[in-house]
Amino acid sequence: MNKSQLIQALAKEEDLPLKKAEEVVNTVFSEMESALIRGERVEIRGLGSFKVKQYEGYKGRNPKSGEVIEVARKKLPFFKVGKELKERVDVY
Amino acid sequence: MTITKAHLASIIGNRLAFSADRASCFVNALLEIMKKTLESGEEVMISGFGKFQVKDKNTRRGRNPQTGNHLTLDARRVVTFRCSEVLKRKMNGGG
Repeated sequence: MNKSQLIQALAKEEDLPLKKAEEVVNTVFSEMESALIRGERVEIRGLGSFKVKQYEGYKGRNPKSGEVIEVARKKLPFFKVGKELKERVDVY
Repeated sequence: MTITKAHLASIIGNRLAFSADRASCFVNALLEIMKKTLESGEEVMISGFGKFQVKDKNTRRGRNPQTGNHLTLDARRVVTFRCSEVLKRKMNGGG
């Protein structure tokens, strides 16, 4: 499912014009995005939480050429799945 | 500050001129659609943000790190998130 399918599903479910559903979906993800860019945490009960992790730089290797490359330190969002979603997805 | 569902609902209510109740319904409905999709084994891809995927993990032999006992870990299905390159760039100061 991609974003436009998500928008369509929300419009149908909530009886919203497509344009409004699009604004809702865009607002949700752009707010989460801005929080992560600011380095803040996002916690959505039932779905999961995101926090920004700082990874130190390291020397890596291009697995094909064997060439040594410097991997810069970077920030990445780390997602921890929420209890409800975790249990619903685990079909085993 | 931590962003929560309540924050998202209040921003949507204010910005898009919906009542607090309706805005909160929208957020819950949106999350429920995402959860149902993942539950069915389908991924959810939000361009510019990232991708939620479900992955099947096989049964494996592990050990209790405290006692050292061997045990079998059952097969399970988990959700993973992969950040979009666009978001990664923005988080690291790029445009």
